[in-house]
Amino acid sequence: MPFSSFLQFIVSGVTVGATYGLTALGFTMIFNTTGIINFAQGEFVMLGGMLAVFSMKWGGLPLPVAVPLSVLLVTAMGVGVDRLTIRPMRGKPAVSLVIVTIGVSILLRGGAMLIFGKDTHALPPFSEGAAIPLGGASLLPQSIWVVGITLAVLVAMKVFFDRTITGKAMLACACDRKAASLMGINVDVMVTVSFAFSALVGALGGVILAPITLTAYDVGILLGLKGFAACILGGLGNPFGAVAGGLIIGVLESLGAGFLSSGYKDAIAFVILLALLFLRPSGLFGKASADRV
Amino acid sequence: MHGGTAFANEPIRIGAVFSVTGPAAFLGEPERNTAKMMEEEINKAGGLLGRKVEVVVYDDESDATKAVTAVDRLIKKDKVVAIIGPSTSGNTLAIIPKVEEAKIPLISCAAAKKINLPVKRYVFKTAQSDAIFVKKIYQHAKKNGWTKVALLSASDAYGSAGREDLKELAGQFGITVVGDEVFGPKDTDMTAQLTKIKGTAAQAIVCWGTNPGPAVIARNRAQLGIKTPLYMSQGVASKKFIELAGKENSEGIFLPAGRLLVEDQVDPKHPQKKVLAGYIKDYEGKFKGGVSAFGGHAFDAMKLIELAIRNGKSAEPEAIRDHIEKIRGLWGAGGEFNLSPADHSGLTEDSMVMVKIVKGDWDLIK
Repeated sequence: MPFSSFLQFIVSGVTVGATYGLTALGFTMIFNTTGIINFAQGEFVMLGGMLAVFSMKWGGLPLPVAVPLSVLLVTAMGVGVDRLTIRPMRGKPAVSLVIVTIGVSILLRGGAMLIFGKDTHALPPFSEGAAIPLGGASLLPQSIWVVGITLAVLVAMKVFFDRTITGKAMLACACDRKAASLMGINVDVMVTVSFAFSALVGALGGVILAPITLTAYDVGILLGLKGFAACILGGLGNPFGAVAGGLIIGVLESLGAGFLSSGYKDAIAFVILLALLFLRPSGLFGKASADRV
Repeated sequence: MHGGTAFANEPIRIGAVFSVTGPAAFLGEPERNTAKMMEEEINKAGGLLGRKVEVVVYDDESDATKAVTAVDRLIKKDKVVAIIGPSTSGNTLAIIPKVEEAKIPLISCAAAKKINLPVKRYVFKTAQSDAIFVKKIYQHAKKNGWTKVALLSASDAYGSAGREDLKELAGQFGITVVGDEVFGPKDTDMTAQLTKIKGTAAQAIVCWGTNPGPAVIARNRAQLGIKTPLYMSQGVASKKFIELAGKENSEGIFLPAGRLLVEDQVDPKHPQKKVLAGYIKDYEGKFKGGVSAFGGHAFDAMKLIELAIRNGKSAEPEAIRDHIEKIRGLWGAGGEFNLSPADHSGLTEDSMVMVKIVKGDWDLIK
């Protein structure tokens, strides 16, 4: 197999992997504040793409307006999800909240199907231009957008959690809600902010992906699953781990399809994921947790 | 012509099970619309044997269990004399035992060859088997001297059935399969598979799947600068595919399709022209959204039953069955139907044409 093919597999893997990583970042955001997994994260991604498509189609808006509008709308929906479904459940065990998010994901998906229909849609690319040749492989300009935005979000999140008071306050909420609240942190506000941010990250992912991968009411299921796997692989709660996990799964799938068999592409990636988790149950970059008794 | 009401008879009830909602709604919706439209047209023209026709439609929601329940209801409660549908192969296979037991003729709108293999006494179908499309593609490839092909099929039921036929029939046309790649129906990037195919000696690529996978493949192929000719299956024979793939990316792609797709380019003297033009005019005058091959399957199923009842002068299930089997030379939306006890589908690859996508539109290859 020539080197150019290998390079193409890596390029494809990194593009797809960045999409998983971006979804994984949304999971990380909410996990870090609430300690729960938001299974509606994939739906935020779907809504980002779909709302952009339909604000162009029905609203006649140009792409540079439709994209930020869609991201803003989904962010508002993230706040709505928290206020309407998570906050009334305050104080309930984490597992109940996780089930609530599954319900929300089904509701959002069903709603999108009823409003937008079942068709697949395409969004025009952000920048015009043909594929860029890269040592025998070729790269779509949109892929640079995807990888670039993923890295930018990653850096922003890292700085936010490590350097800002709000970020640290959010982390504190997940560690110990009561203690955080005694320290003067408004836990409810922090949770709302985390939902807003994760919806924003998800929607951003959705709009930059739609030109490459097309979008439909049900794309959130698979992205949510792969993004969740990326989180687990990288170590839950670690933004760097989430992106690294996404990239690893994307590249493994691509190499698996290229060198072994495209029929077992998903299986190859998940078998390696399982094997890694047997060796390191807390993920590649996660810290082993210990509960004090 | 006298009106059927004079007899004050019970209407002739024809049952229909379609996937009007659910994932297969793109099949079931035009089928339901077509069947109801035909009911109205037949009644407007005086009905059948002096009786009104009533098409009782149930939605199976793309679910096999619901299809079985619906058929039970059609047979036991509605006492239908024949059934058309279901829309999908899986649902059709699920209800075959029911109709065989009740001895009610069924005309399925689904394509799988298993429906008619082996031939079942009461089961017919109007959708062409995958093998017919495969043969059409291979004939075209062979004519162009492309004898080495690479396959790229979806890992769902539709893709794997096509893949089997593509591998099985290649030998008959002197074609060698030099690449055999698979993609998940929800996958969003197929550059890995295409890169692998690029490294083979393939002179043509045959892709088998339903949207959005093939649209992604068309985009990825353009991205990788692959110039090898690409064939698509009938699974993407709608304008939606060109919209998703983009005009530039779909330029030059070949696909086999029924003449319904390119009715405006069919020779006015062709025996199918009048049927197609009539169906398109009626359908588009009544429903928004253009006609599709799927609605055409329901059109043909209704035509077969209508003709069988007229020919046999009886609306008894057994008589309908016997006379469907005797229909020859009937031009429908799908092609020319020539049924026989050994062939319960009646269409050959002559019912298909090759189409090339040129500037975002279909171009009939003469």
